[in-house]
Amino acid sequence: MRGEVIRRVRGGIAALVLVGLVVAPWVVDDYTTSILARTLALALVGVSVALLTGVAGMPTLGQTAPYAAGAYACAVVGSRISDVGVVQLVVAAAAGALLAALTVPLVVHARGVIVLMITLAIGELVVVVLGRWRSVTGGTDGLAGIPAVRPFWGLPALASDQARYLYALVVVATLIGAVLVLLRTRAGLVLRAGRDDETRLRASGHRVALHLSGAHIAAGAIAGAAGSLLVVAQQYISPADFGFDTSALLLLGVVIGGTASVGGALVGAALVIAVRDWLFGVLPGHAPLVLGALFVATVYLLPTGVSRARVRLRPPGAPALRPDQPATHDQATVAELHR
Amino acid sequence: MIAVAAGTNRIDPYLIPALDGVAYGLLVFVAASGLVFCFGVANILNLAHGLLYAIGGYTAAAVLDGGWASLALALAVGVLAAAAAGVLLAGLLTPVATGNHLSQALLTFGVALAGGSLLVAGFGPDNPQVQVPAALEGSVMVAGHRYAAYRLVFIVVAAVLAAGLYLVVRRTRAGMLVRAAVDDPEMVACLGVSPARIRAGVLAAAGALAGAAGVLGAPIIGPGTGTADTVLLLSLVVVVLGGLGSMAGTLLAALAIGEIQTLGVALLPSAAPFLLFAAMAAVLAVRARGLAGRWRTA
Repeated sequence: MRGEVIRRVRGGIAALVLVGLVVAPWVVDDYTTSILARTLALALVGVSVALLTGVAGMPTLGQTAPYAAGAYACAVVGSRISDVGVVQLVVAAAAGALLAALTVPLVVHARGVIVLMITLAIGELVVVVLGRWRSVTGGTDGLAGIPAVRPFWGLPALASDQARYLYALVVVATLIGAVLVLLRTRAGLVLRAGRDDETRLRASGHRVALHLSGAHIAAGAIAGAAGSLLVVAQQYISPADFGFDTSALLLLGVVIGGTASVGGALVGAALVIAVRDWLFGVLPGHAPLVLGALFVATVYLLPTGVSRARVRLRPPGAPALRPDQPATHDQATVAELHR
Repeated sequence: MIAVAAGTNRIDPYLIPALDGVAYGLLVFVAASGLVFCFGVANILNLAHGLLYAIGGYTAAAVLDGGWASLALALAVGVLAAAAAGVLLAGLLTPVATGNHLSQALLTFGVALAGGSLLVAGFGPDNPQVQVPAALEGSVMVAGHRYAAYRLVFIVVAAVLAAGLYLVVRRTRAGMLVRAAVDDPEMVACLGVSPARIRAGVLAAAGALAGAAGVLGAPIIGPGTGTADTVLLLSLVVVVLGGLGSMAGTLLAALAIGEIQTLGVALLPSAAPFLLFAAMAAVLAVRARGLAGRWRTA
């Protein structure tokens, strides 16, 4: 009964937010609209981080790598081959998935903090490559003058900030809907079960590495698609868009939102990015200092440890969650799989 | 330098980059060994490690004036400042010290962000010039080629430092505790050694190593806004490549990175951007399971 109420309230809030997002470009000015479009792209990367960190249990600091691969693939296609949005999206998602697939052997056997280190190194190396591979990426100058996108063959090019924002909103909403549906399938259940009790899942004959590889590649495709939205929003990209600080910010956002929830990840990532962009406006030069202090404060303010932020929602004094206790709704158990 | 070297025979042109690679590799080794300790012993992922190096670098830029005394002073100040920063970091980490790597990563990243911003505020946004002692300004002849005297001396000093580190870890009680803590942290705690003290000690030692690397390496990887990131990245790659708990592995990985960054660029300029990535991928792909197995995965 209580769960039902919570679900309805949550659904109502989600609907309100969606309406707000749709009318936003007519309320705020063009500059804010373009920032909002960029935030949407980053929030989508946040969803891919949540998918890996919260659902699959692989904390990542390197989702900027497939994000960058998608963005640059889209920028190259956009300025040389096609200005059709669908084509750019597919190419970008494929580029993100390809990079993720190439790095699967590096991450899939590692766990925990090792994944953090390896993904961080991968993300940083991709930025190094972007800065030096001048013939394709334009080096540290980046790629500018990417033509406006047309969503589909025969449709007009998106000339205004509003139109580009709405395009990004439609794409993000569609992809997140797809992720939510996918997580409800058996594959989503297996991923969560592996996160909670890998040994048991392995013992019951599931190929954990295979599932993790799939999740990694899917997250790469989502991040890649987000990269194409960044290109649409900015019509300009440079390696600075994909730095280590972006990865860390996304992880912080996802952690604040609650690692296991896609909606939370969206809100958290959007919040953190908004704070960053706002800080850079009001505190020129000192934003990193405040942002760093914010990181430290966040870690202290979530005392049970940020990766278990959602556990805090239980009443104080309640016993800690143990594997032998009944699962809450975002905890999958191996037993559930065999029902 | 390469232009001067070209022409005598086929190996000659690559001698100087190879020597540069040794210097670069030893620098990365001294910087990265702190991160390896930190992760191996205190089980902390310290994303502020690059900041500790940058503190040393900025100290060098501020103190060095071309004399030997200033070098000694810079070394003392840089090592102490970075070690103090390490202790401060250990204090900040106390509430999240047990296990949760995600919190540690976010906390130390926050410290790196804020600390980097403070360094830029204190020393200005321009990359400062570093003045080495006048006696080391010039160049010496190595197998018929001119070579910067400072780098040659640096190679010797860093090699001595590396050997000293090896002896400390192998032969002293502190070193024994360090190795024991990597193998079995619970047992070391049973011996009555407080984990908080080990953590503070390890972070101080890591800071001291990074500070020393920052001062001595300032003419090679100089202080600037991107320094902390660069050093953190190189150290992480060394940790990933070299595995944990093995000094030899760490040294080998650091030297390999040095050679890739210098000799690789001279030999294969077009592929240079990908070499580091390719090396890491190759090593991990070949022995991913072994590597992950040797690490504590908690």
